[in-house]
Amino acid sequence: MALFCLWGYLSLWGMDPSHTKGTMPTSTSISARKAADMGCDQFPAGLRVLVVDDDPTCLRILEKMLQNCCYAVTKCNRAEIALSMLRENKNGFDIVLSDVHMPDMDGFKLLEQVGLEMDLPVIMMSADDGKNVVMKGVIHGACDYLIKPVRIEALKNIWQHVVRKRKSEWKDLEQSGSMDDGDRDQNVSEGANYSSSAYDGSWNSSKRKRDAEEELEERDDTSALKKPRVVWSVELHQQFVIAVDQLGIDKAVPKKILELMNVPGLSRENVASHLQKYRLYLRRLSGVSPHPSNLNNSFMNPQDHPPFGSMASSYNGIDLQTLLVTGQLSPQSLAALQATGLRRPTAKSSLPMALVDQNNIFSFENPKLRFGEDQTQHLNNTKPVSLFHGIPTKMEPKQLANMQHPSVQTQRNMNMNMNMNMNMALNIKSEHGGTQLMHLSQQQTVGQTLNNSNVTHLPGIPSTLRNLIISGSVTTGNGTADNSHGPRYNLVSPTSVMVNYPMSQTTEVFQEEMNSNLKVSSGVMSSYGVFSDLHMQKSHDWDSQNVSTLAFGTPHHGNFIHHSFDISPSSLIHHGFPSSQTNGENHNSSVNGKTNFSFLDSTQPGIPQSVDHNSFFDPGEVKNQIIPDASYQTDLLSEDFGQDELLGVFLKQEQQEDNGSVDFSGYQTENICV
Amino acid sequence: MQASMEVGLMQRQWVEYTKSLFMEGFLDSQFIELQKLQDEGNPDFIVEVVSLFFEDSERLLNDLTRALEEPDVDFQKVDGHVHQLKGSSSSIGAQRVKNVCITLRSFCEEQNIEGCLRYLQQLKQETCLVKNKFENLFRMEQQIMAAGGSIPTTELLF
Repeated sequence: MALFCLWGYLSLWGMDPSHTKGTMPTSTSISARKAADMGCDQFPAGLRVLVVDDDPTCLRILEKMLQNCCYAVTKCNRAEIALSMLRENKNGFDIVLSDVHMPDMDGFKLLEQVGLEMDLPVIMMSADDGKNVVMKGVIHGACDYLIKPVRIEALKNIWQHVVRKRKSEWKDLEQSGSMDDGDRDQNVSEGANYSSSAYDGSWNSSKRKRDAEEELEERDDTSALKKPRVVWSVELHQQFVIAVDQLGIDKAVPKKILELMNVPGLSRENVASHLQKYRLYLRRLSGVSPHPSNLNNSFMNPQDHPPFGSMASSYNGIDLQTLLVTGQLSPQSLAALQATGLRRPTAKSSLPMALVDQNNIFSFENPKLRFGEDQTQHLNNTKPVSLFHGIPTKMEPKQLANMQHPSVQTQRNMNMNMNMNMNMALNIKSEHGGTQLMHLSQQQTVGQTLNNSNVTHLPGIPSTLRNLIISGSVTTGNGTADNSHGPRYNLVSPTSVMVNYPMSQTTEVFQEEMNSNLKVSSGVMSSYGVFSDLHMQKSHDWDSQNVSTLAFGTPHHGNFIHHSFDISPSSLIHHGFPSSQTNGENHNSSVNGKTNFSFLDSTQPGIPQSVDHNSFFDPGEVKNQIIPDASYQTDLLSEDFGQDELLGVFLKQEQQEDNGSVDFSGYQTENICV
Repeated sequence: MQASMEVGLMQRQWVEYTKSLFMEGFLDSQFIELQKLQDEGNPDFIVEVVSLFFEDSERLLNDLTRALEEPDVDFQKVDGHVHQLKGSSSSIGAQRVKNVCITLRSFCEEQNIEGCLRYLQQLKQETCLVKNKFENLFRMEQQIMAAGGSIPTTELLF
């Protein structure tokens, strides 16, 4: 539904060729004109892509391809920088493309963190097409996996992942009962100019689902569409969590939560939106398990309650373990927690949660901690510590199961739910075509399993613990999870992300290597005045024969060249959205204090780039020797194309008759490489 | 007219040379993809990207050499370098380089020092070869442009 609004609002925004954002108008207007020429005035043009690859060649090629797809590209050669960019600019990107093998951070780790913190779709890329690697991508939540060399055709359709994710999140929003009828109608009417009938169908189906829900809470008519944004402070979130705890899994609906919280000025929509995000968070926790037993369980019964809480609680159990290990959680608290859990009768023991990929959990924990920057005293993000080492009160899988939801049904649901993730994930393909197996969206699958996605919880858990669990960030230097780290998962409002589609541009971020633009006047890169003395850039005169290779300066701080994406349209957009959407933006401001990454501070050792003066085109260096012809291979031709084809094609441009043998000066014979 | 005849000839020479690069396996279809990306707005895109590749490959080859010279060779590290070289060479369509990378990787897996060293040498050779090829090609292009002509477009329809 937001998609419908998106289409409408995009027309508001539009692609104005004269609208330049760069400091150097020439290149931007060139790209803008080109964008217009390529018919880039419609969605998904302007999709904001962040591409991360440590290989400069691939990075440049990807950037160009994405630009040709009319996306707004930001490239980055370090995962850490990419993360800081994403954090600094919460709603600045729509999708992330990342290489798997990167020196400073494993691509999968980046994938996880992006998924958890920003909830953006991430596409993995690699020259490695081994099944294991691809499976790893699937498990870590990649929404697609591209094999290098990537062709532009593969990139043209990446927008679908953005849409799909938004769609599933909107479905959750609806199903959680967080939208009034009035709101919904309003949105529908505003989105009336959507053109795709596909969304029509899904809207109807989701509406039916809502009607079929067991709990259709009464609609609250009082809310105006535009509400002042609510900041979910830690205290507020704690109250929320307490309320959710008290209500119980099945009963935690926004209205009742609101009543329990009894916070003046807080609306049901605020709560509903927060609840939705909370569920998403829990789902992410629960959806990461790679345990193979998931695949073997039977298909889920859609009528059952999705036991997110049970999953989450198990995960929470693991979280607690982590907390205990790291000293954040006292053994007494853990014992109390377990005691609470043990009160619940055991359902059939499902997934041994202990077998969840601990590294996953760890990496999940890490970003929260690292937000505290200097306060990550406990969790070392590179240490693959087993979560269960040395924990005095070991939680056996059985105990974990005990902690789960009392009903047997929900237990089974949990299996099925997770299983659903995997099954749906693996089976999804045919709907989408293209890269089959990789075409997954965990969010989507889980979304479909939710018919009554009330958040589940562990009743009785002290709210502080719950807060710790939720936030994942155990402590900052203050010693309590008392800051806006808590509701981190709120930060990206699903809808607000969609609407900012600036024009197709390129921005770059480099850590230590600067690729100077060769043709300064024509390259897009040169359009940014940031190429200051900070970057050792040689201007190359391509007209001359003697062209030196690109000079790489000493490792210096990356320079963040990021066009300020025009976010003013968002204010227009948020008019039409229920206030539930405003929370995301709210959080942006509220967490500013914590997300002030200046990656200029992040000095990367990197590899010192020698200034390479070997001229690429220096004729003087070309040795006039003939190498033996035996090295030529002709078999490779047959793989790709026939000779006749080649002939015909190459001579596309009309050639003049050859009247004689004219020496083509400058055509050197083959040279021996020293 | 003399000038246009010259240009025409140069263009044909360019075409022939390009064709030979494909036939001899130096380039594959990915290079065609790159050519598609080059346009009036980015007339030097290919040159730029190829330059990037050779800079990077030089660094990688040095790293590889050093890694294989160590008394206790870290094959995982070696493999990492080769993997990257494979990725970048494949992305510009440098097929022969990529193929040597693939072979080299299998030697890494076997932890076969001899094989690694041998194929590292081959890798260097192939990289140098294709670099020369590109140099020639780009020079021809420059001369065509200097003479007022334009580079023929290649559209390979499979």
